[in-house]
Amino acid sequence: MNEVPAAKKAEKAISTKEVVISLYKAQEKVYPRSVSGFFTKWRWVIIWLTQLFFYGMPWIQLGQRQALLFDLEARRFYIFNLVLYPQDLIYLTAILIISALSLFLFTAIAGRLWCGYACPQTVYTEIFLWIERKIEGDRAARMKLDTGAMTGSKLFKKASKQFVWIIFALWTGFTFVGYFTPIRELSQSVLSLSLGPWETFWVLFYGFATYGNAGYMREQVCKYMCPYARFQSAMFDDDTLIVTYDEARGEPRGGRSRKVDSESLKLGSCIDCNLCVQVCPTGIDIRKGLQYECIGCGACADVCDTVMDKMGYPRGLVKYSTQHAVTNNWTRSQMLQRIVRPRVLIYAAILSSLVVGLLLSLWFRTPFRVDVVRDRGVMARLSDDGKLENVYRLQIMNGTEATQHYRLSATGLKDLEIEAEDRDKDKNDVEDMKFSHSIMVKPAESRWLIVDLKIPDGSVESGSHKIQFEIEAVESKEKITEKSVFLVPR
Amino acid sequence: MSDFTSSFWPMFITVIALGGILGCALLLWLSSKIKVASSRDDNTSGHVWDENIREMNNPLPRWWVWMFILTIVFSLFYLVAYPGLGSYAGKLGWTEVNQYEKEVATANKALEPLYARFVAMKAEDLASDKEARAIGERLFMNNCAQCHGSDAKGSRGFPNLTDNDWLYGGSPEKILETITGGRIGMMPPMAAVVGTEEDVKNVANYVLSLSGSMNDSGRAGLGKEKFTACAACHGPEGKGNQDIGAPNLTDNIWLHGAGEAAIIKRVNEGKTNQMPAWGEKFTPAQLQVLAAYVWGLSNNK
Repeated sequence: MNEVPAAKKAEKAISTKEVVISLYKAQEKVYPRSVSGFFTKWRWVIIWLTQLFFYGMPWIQLGQRQALLFDLEARRFYIFNLVLYPQDLIYLTAILIISALSLFLFTAIAGRLWCGYACPQTVYTEIFLWIERKIEGDRAARMKLDTGAMTGSKLFKKASKQFVWIIFALWTGFTFVGYFTPIRELSQSVLSLSLGPWETFWVLFYGFATYGNAGYMREQVCKYMCPYARFQSAMFDDDTLIVTYDEARGEPRGGRSRKVDSESLKLGSCIDCNLCVQVCPTGIDIRKGLQYECIGCGACADVCDTVMDKMGYPRGLVKYSTQHAVTNNWTRSQMLQRIVRPRVLIYAAILSSLVVGLLLSLWFRTPFRVDVVRDRGVMARLSDDGKLENVYRLQIMNGTEATQHYRLSATGLKDLEIEAEDRDKDKNDVEDMKFSHSIMVKPAESRWLIVDLKIPDGSVESGSHKIQFEIEAVESKEKITEKSVFLVPR
Repeated sequence: MSDFTSSFWPMFITVIALGGILGCALLLWLSSKIKVASSRDDNTSGHVWDENIREMNNPLPRWWVWMFILTIVFSLFYLVAYPGLGSYAGKLGWTEVNQYEKEVATANKALEPLYARFVAMKAEDLASDKEARAIGERLFMNNCAQCHGSDAKGSRGFPNLTDNDWLYGGSPEKILETITGGRIGMMPPMAAVVGTEEDVKNVANYVLSLSGSMNDSGRAGLGKEKFTACAACHGPEGKGNQDIGAPNLTDNIWLHGAGEAAIIKRVNEGKTNQMPAWGEKFTPAQLQVLAAYVWGLSNNK
């Protein structure tokens, strides 16, 4: 401990003067330059598809109702023909697990595809950028506009950008709420200015979140808020396709005339035009290698290809490639063969078995549910006819959109009698009376039914006896068995 | 208890709450800047650990600081508006109780139009109205079924509501009265009045004979005379008295158990049985719908 570490000594020598630095930095605004090319085209295709779905889906009707509606107030989720109850939450769990595994799989194969192409954050940023670009011009024009003095034309441009942004954001908020409140009714109440307080709040809140995140926060969300970027290295390996700069070919970089032979200059292919930095939506330099800020959109690859074309060099100085392919100089097919590797196969196997499991369970799902609740207040009692009685409540949930009739039976004890009265039976309803001894449940409704079970007193020993309720849907012949107990007091 | 009413604790809480906020602000301010050697251009803070581990300066975005400041400002406004500083009640005067009461009032107001139709209806009509019955059933399931059973047939000590046998009367008005105010049924121990142990047994057999239940007719004959002690409440013929809730002894319905032994126990020990009052919990309209539902249980055919 007596020795002063060498580094400390060196430290002492250097630190003659000290300055105060801030640990927080102001946001440096990124002005992505417009770009076109293969990846950009695909990006826009995916943006169109996802947004057509998002904005269009709530308007699609199925019969008398919205095809996709999450009715939180009535606690029913309508997904085309499917009516889900809160009890079906397991499906949501399955969908979330499948989504997470898909993310793992796609990330292992080709990096942050989600970020670059489908994440609402980058998609809306791209849309907002497009609006900005249409009104204020491309990178250079926007930078000039921002640093310039406030003139009439600047004010007009800024105001019209804000106007279009806000309209678009409000429309987004409105569409979002339209998944939870029927959107046709919602649009009527918007037009008549009679939106409820919560609907107003959510339209404005979601609209504001869209406006703020896509208009101002942009890459800050990816860099500082999103956890995905931070654990990407755990999902990448040396065979993961990522946007890479071919350092061996590009360096040493340097500007040059198109006519000069780069060989004679002892320069690499990179002409140091800096366009890859200018098009980057997160403002990074891909030539520094893989960084957590990279959302894998491929804009730099697109722009570099156009530059290479102009220079008459082969394309692909910045390209989708793997670490292995770059270091070992693999061909394209060698690289793609490595997609089939244990990590990918295991993800794919788990994912596909989960998807198959979910589909099977949806396919074989009985469209009704039954919960049995035994009366807790009363253990058992003797009825007027000297029989031992237990009382149960059955909740029958009709998961279809047609009126259904259900028949009950109970088994598990000798001479078990069941007494269930449908007090709502309408004797004037011919349709209803066709189904004798059945319980009617209206479309997508649930109802409680009181059931008495009786056995002759003294026919079994005292204690708890397992019994089963069997509920059969008269129309579809589907059956559900629910377990319960019958108590016999001492 | 005095620990919590002493004026020390509100002060204690106030100091901790404000001190905590102040501490956060101070920490934020103190940790926003560091001194480094001016000669450094490698973007490190100048801190060195374990000989060669140096600390990179990866600055947080400034808007992050603004969010911290926002939470501090928010917490100050919050403490002014809501009760957070010891015994200070807050400018808004919010309490859990008045929030609950407000919510109940809002819910009742929302339900008013639903019940508006029912208020003008007679119980007989309500009992046959599908919608009123469905509401009545739900009210019954959530509030009454715990004692009277989901099927309303009760059990020992809890009256059966479906058999048209009533302790206090079965008219819709009487049922409403019972639900609203509750009932306390009280039978005093009668052994001393009736006489010896033998006399009690004889009276029990006479009571059993009133409903034609199995009894010792000899003892029943002897007991008839002693029944005068019971007649004050149960009436000379044992038909009961609904004004005071004295049960009818002739209908073979036994709330506290059938048979000689059970009756002897009642005569010896008496019985107090209570139904709580529900008037406070429901609106008048709800009570009306519930009473009609209960009436309908034994009058729906």
